Amino acid sequence: MKIAVCIKQVVTRDWPLRVAESATWVRDDDASFEMNEPDAYALEEALRLKELLGGEVVVCSAGPARVSQVIREALARGADRAIHVEGEALAAAEADAVAAALAGAMEGESFDLVLTGLQSDDQGFGQTGVVLAERLGLPHATIIMEVDVADDGGSLRVKRELESGWFQWVSMPLPALLTIQSGINQLRYATLRGIMAAKRKEILTVPAQSAETAGQRILELYVPEKSSATRFIDGSAPEAARELVRLLREEARVL
Amino acid sequence: MILVVAEQRGGALNPATWETVAAAQQTGESITVALVGADVQKLAAELAAAEVAEVLAVEHDALEPYTPDGFVAALAQVMEKACPELVLFPHTYQTRDYAPALAARLGRVFIPDCIASKVRDGQRVFVRPMFQGKFMADVLPQGPAPHFASFQIGACRADACARGAAPAPVREAAVEIDAAAIRQRPEAPFKEAKQAVDLTQAERIVAVGRGIKGQEHLPVAQDLAKALDAELAASRPICDSGWLPMDRQIGSSGQTVAPKLYLAVGISGAIQHLVGMKGARTIVAVNKDADAPIFEVADYGIVGDLFEVVPAIMAALEGEA
Repeated sequence: MKIAVCIKQVVTRDWPLRVAESATWVRDDDASFEMNEPDAYALEEALRLKELLGGEVVVCSAGPARVSQVIREALARGADRAIHVEGEALAAAEADAVAAALAGAMEGESFDLVLTGLQSDDQGFGQTGVVLAERLGLPHATIIMEVDVADDGGSLRVKRELESGWFQWVSMPLPALLTIQSGINQLRYATLRGIMAAKRKEILTVPAQSAETAGQRILELYVPEKSSATRFIDGSAPEAARELVRLLREEARVL
Repeated sequence: MILVVAEQRGGALNPATWETVAAAQQTGESITVALVGADVQKLAAELAAAEVAEVLAVEHDALEPYTPDGFVAALAQVMEKACPELVLFPHTYQTRDYAPALAARLGRVFIPDCIASKVRDGQRVFVRPMFQGKFMADVLPQGPAPHFASFQIGACRADACARGAAPAPVREAAVEIDAAAIRQRPEAPFKEAKQAVDLTQAERIVAVGRGIKGQEHLPVAQDLAKALDAELAASRPICDSGWLPMDRQIGSSGQTVAPKLYLAVGISGAIQHLVGMKGARTIVAVNKDADAPIFEVADYGIVGDLFEVVPAIMAALEGEA
């Protein structure tokens, strides 16, 4: 089974981000970066499927030169080779542009299965996977918590997470694309042996082709206003608790 | 004209639909609501109570149950005939499943997860969180109309949806669907947990976070929930640890709620949690750290040890009952 995993490099979760002077993007030139967490789960799922079914796992990432960091990490965790669609503008690109860049590089590969994380920690569009499926002409399913490949390798049965604790099994023919939900599996980390092996693995770098995309322009990026002024209730625990209950009854009227 | 795509499952409208209609009403534009399924006349009549120009019943046997292929095919045809300037969706899992493909097929922009829209320098822009809610962005859609946008659950209040003086006309919108071209074969939805609960319908919620320290302390929060006639919920780490089932999780990867009362106990308020509950009418936070981000959205805050404060709240409730 030939599996592609699309991963994105994002600013580290707890990095103290600031808005750039342009007020349309963040100051990330000195930031530290990491693999987008949902994509890490997609990678882990791909590695597990390969261990079960054989084949290869190809990491695909669209972004500037710096994304080679997360590509190396994915190779160290066990992916076999990588395709890096390189372009400076991809760092802040919208989902449609990223999907177009990836589709251009992935089209000729004839993957059996394409996995992506369900959304990214930075722009959080949650669209790249679905748009990529549309561009590659593949059936898709989103927010997946379990993947079963049929014995004949011709179809899939996957467990989709719905809202409010509901789930649903969906079958579809292969090739297909799935967006993977965090928590579907337990992540593995790279071993020293994996890190050494990764150095010998192939990374194919291709320049991003400019694509016609619809476009969403960020006019301004800003820190959200605090939505309410908190009323702190002081005093001992019994005093504060009594005052809280009084306020909830008489002021907020929710009890 | 604005087209609002309603959502239904199993004979009931998703309440987020009303929120999206309310968001559309705020623009002052003419609104058409489209409802997609196999037999939606009854729900279309329900939608017609809203102050809208028209309701489209988009019916075809192949549109039940929901599949992304079926909905993309149907709504692409609806768009071509109706020619809206703007298409609005509730930002549900179903919208996330097919709307990006629909927008891509039509070559249109789709701005997801918006919390508001506003006019800026004479142009309609959409406000959406980025970087896990650390920032908000005013986003201007580019390219040809219609532009697509989805509204986060709780961004508008469902009860803000204006009712019309008389029911809006319901019109059937015929679509051609090749059932054999639908590649996904869905099975019936199911709930995994035995006591699965729809927290979005709860009027009061007590939510517990890492501050509870161990599973053995959960009864502290359970008793408070019981005393308040509230549902018990949690932040993601509590569910990842298996202390409570996943369907009790509030936040970006769990449920998004807007109850009358949300009482957060030992929750620091990571943005992934805040996006799921900040729409609550009254938010109470109990946390030992006065700088915890939960206090940024809380109406009432008590800084203190939850193991002292929560029993005191119970006592106060009983004392005045």
